[in-house]
Amino acid sequence: MKKVLEGSMAISDSIRMAEPKVISAYPITPQTHIVEHLSQMVADGDLKAEYIMVESEHSAASVVLGASACGVRTYTATAAQGLLYMEEVIYNIAGMRLPVVITVANRAVSAPISIWNDMQDSMALRDSGAIQLVAENNQEAYDMHIQAYKIAENPDVMLPVIVCVDGFVLTHTFEVVDTIDHIEKVREYLPPLNMQYKLDVNDPFSFGTIAEPSVYLEARYNLSTAINNSKSIIINAANEYKEMFGKYEGALIDPYKMDDADTVIVAMGSVLGTIKDVVDELRESGKKIGILKVRSFRPFPADEIVNALKNIKNAIIIEKAVSLGKGGILSCEIRDALYQRKVYSVNVNGYILGLGGRDITPKNIYDLIMKAEKEENIDGEFFGLNNEMLNKVF
Amino acid sequence: MKEVRIHGRGGQGSVTMASILAISFFDDGKYCQAFPSFGSERTGAPVQAFARVSDTPIRTRHQIYNPDYIIVQDVTLINSVSVAKGLKDSGKLIINTEVDLKEIIKNFDNINESNIVLFPALKIAMKILGKPIVNTTLLGAFSAITGEVAIGSVKKEIEARFNSKLGKINADAAQAAYDYVKGGKIGF
Repeated sequence: MKKVLEGSMAISDSIRMAEPKVISAYPITPQTHIVEHLSQMVADGDLKAEYIMVESEHSAASVVLGASACGVRTYTATAAQGLLYMEEVIYNIAGMRLPVVITVANRAVSAPISIWNDMQDSMALRDSGAIQLVAENNQEAYDMHIQAYKIAENPDVMLPVIVCVDGFVLTHTFEVVDTIDHIEKVREYLPPLNMQYKLDVNDPFSFGTIAEPSVYLEARYNLSTAINNSKSIIINAANEYKEMFGKYEGALIDPYKMDDADTVIVAMGSVLGTIKDVVDELRESGKKIGILKVRSFRPFPADEIVNALKNIKNAIIIEKAVSLGKGGILSCEIRDALYQRKVYSVNVNGYILGLGGRDITPKNIYDLIMKAEKEENIDGEFFGLNNEMLNKVF
Repeated sequence: MKEVRIHGRGGQGSVTMASILAISFFDDGKYCQAFPSFGSERTGAPVQAFARVSDTPIRTRHQIYNPDYIIVQDVTLINSVSVAKGLKDSGKLIINTEVDLKEIIKNFDNINESNIVLFPALKIAMKILGKPIVNTTLLGAFSAITGEVAIGSVKKEIEARFNSKLGKINADAAQAAYDYVKGGKIGF
């Protein structure tokens, strides 16, 4: 049923439909509303789950790790410093092959303190072994969480899935979301979790024991293989969701008006909405421009991205995170994917925008496109700087 | 697409107002979006909230710089915040005040009298709610002044947002504001 929901309400409602048995979280802006709603649902009896209060994100992640190891569906959510505090545990969750679903309400990291949106926090978990999917709008955030459990719990995957949802821009925005009416259909899509290996007092088993040099390399290889192979599972999860619920927002990537495009903007998350409006206007004036949405950041869909971009002239990468000491993150990975496949003809320029909640307007996008088409070898240039502020100490 | 910017102070319910407005647009069969100015809100500090309405899905996410309508919950904000900034030529600036238009207009450059609608929301809210909370009253006034949203939708969503007694009197306040405007008691 179509409703007007705040992003956090859409996410918590989607989690309610997935019926996790254990939820543990520590509140942090802009994730707070999500876990408040879930806590209320548990208190009201609308969700039969254990909601475990903790004193930190490290504990929240540890609780869902332990609960997941016992074979039950689990959920947590966080942002920014909270995610960084969880990081050590998330590496363990991935290494133990536990299918925890984590929402990251993407927020800038300190210092200086910013409660506002960018994607620096989830980027820090890039190499953790957790799958990372990025939602464009609140409909996708709703759909993506249900798909996330389907992916995480696939016996060939068994990995945590981080669902990235732009903090405030999505979590605090009310918009129309078409929710699923019948929980039975979700149960059909998402059968009960049935883990092959779990903690059981009658059949003792250990997770995360010491791996000596003779086996650690193989353990990491298996983890690497699992996340690489999850690409097909992510595609299947999106396709099955489409069949059952009629909603499809892409699987690994999602091209938009790319058929005859010379220039393509590549981006992730909520900024895609604003970019689409600009691209539509440019299309009306005859410009051959399109968009490539990256929906799965980990696993990184290198083949799919190269196939989509190999015949274009200009790829403009817009990202809300930076690898300090290097440059763009997404742009670096795209350039690597093209080079590795011997595609040298695409002019790839990457720009950093919107850090710490800086508003990204249609004019910013338009100006950037006009500038980028004339440039070469831009690797993570900061766009939209106010020069007057550059010499200040924060 | 029509865009609305709401100026208020932390605690006045600007974000609540934007979200009720958005859901009311939805009840009228439109697509909608509402969001706060994403600040760390403090009671009394200037805040903004935004709403969009459209016949087609709304994809853009940027803040509203050229609104069709601006609603000012607290008239004292006009001394410290550029509340009228970016208002469209045909736009309306709706201000909760009982001060004369001649006095109010002195605070604005590049805006015509015809763009300004002064509305005594506080007076109506005090009479009906007995409290200086004007967001629901202003929603009723917005419906009457702009015609962008049905008063029935506004009242329905106000009632849905609060508990039964509070919802009812807030819906009454919206209706009273609507009737006040329709009764021709305020100047355009």
